[in-house]
Amino acid sequence: MKAQVTVTLKSGILDPQGKAIEGALKSLGIAGVESVRQGKIFEIEIADSDRAAAEAKLKEAAEKLLANTVIENYHVQINGSVG
Amino acid sequence: MRAAVVVFPGINRERDMSRTLRLVSGREPSMVWHADTALPVGTDIVVLPGGFSYGDYLRCGAIAARAPIMDAVREFAEKGGLVLGVCNGFQILCEAGLLPGVLMRNTRLKFICRDVYLRVERSDTPFTRGYNAGQVICVPTAHGEGNYVADADTIARLEGEGRVVFRYAAPDGTRAPEWNFNGATNAIAGIVNQRGNVLGMMPHPENHVETVIGRTDGRGLFQGLAEHLSSAA
Repeated sequence: MKAQVTVTLKSGILDPQGKAIEGALKSLGIAGVESVRQGKIFEIEIADSDRAAAEAKLKEAAEKLLANTVIENYHVQINGSVG
Repeated sequence: MRAAVVVFPGINRERDMSRTLRLVSGREPSMVWHADTALPVGTDIVVLPGGFSYGDYLRCGAIAARAPIMDAVREFAEKGGLVLGVCNGFQILCEAGLLPGVLMRNTRLKFICRDVYLRVERSDTPFTRGYNAGQVICVPTAHGEGNYVADADTIARLEGEGRVVFRYAAPDGTRAPEWNFNGATNAIAGIVNQRGNVLGMMPHPENHVETVIGRTDGRGLFQGLAEHLSSAA
């Protein structure tokens, strides 16, 4: 099954890249942009057919490698049909 | 000094580091491959050099921190063995959980490659016994992600326990925002773990050890380590 793990910076952590992107959007004249925070999305295919097992593995992956939980939060989302 | 320099794919400072270790200690360090699972018998200091392990993919040092050799490095540190991480090595130690916090993108987003001034905050560690507390040293730096960040409790603990060993400063040792070029919290350039046997620092003392280069300010760190290890042996 297919899954997505989204990793974002925790609030309060300075994001200079997000700030630079925010500045670029403003200079393009895109109105109303109040703030930008940059993050990452991992698209993962996992062999498990059991949703709960897959979710547990993805959480382990996020904790151990995909996110640095000192500065980042993560969110696991499993797409598609089970089995 | 029986140094082991860990070599990860993508690092590029391992030869500078091993040259300096050899110069100061008179002994050739072992080069240890990341996929190895043990350190050479008799190793008394492990060095994680600088560079761009795994192309800085995911986060700087993140993939190297999970390399097979790191279990042996962790075990070595837990037994009190000395571990020095420079630049990417510091990032790897943070990612491996051997040091707290994380090195984020420099606040002005630029890769900065130039000589910087560090104030040595204490001289009573194996890493800094070659210096005086308050001494200012000039060493090169070269990184895009050296902005030290940790939560407020961790920073308070590091400061309270005197674990900030090097700080970015002006040439006269005073602190000023313009000399904290990467935006690091409290101008932190190098920290030790609670036990004091693991040091991580962003700048490169190994590159200022020979008069032919112009400065030898980095030599004190390695000389001090060599003296510490020979007195311990």
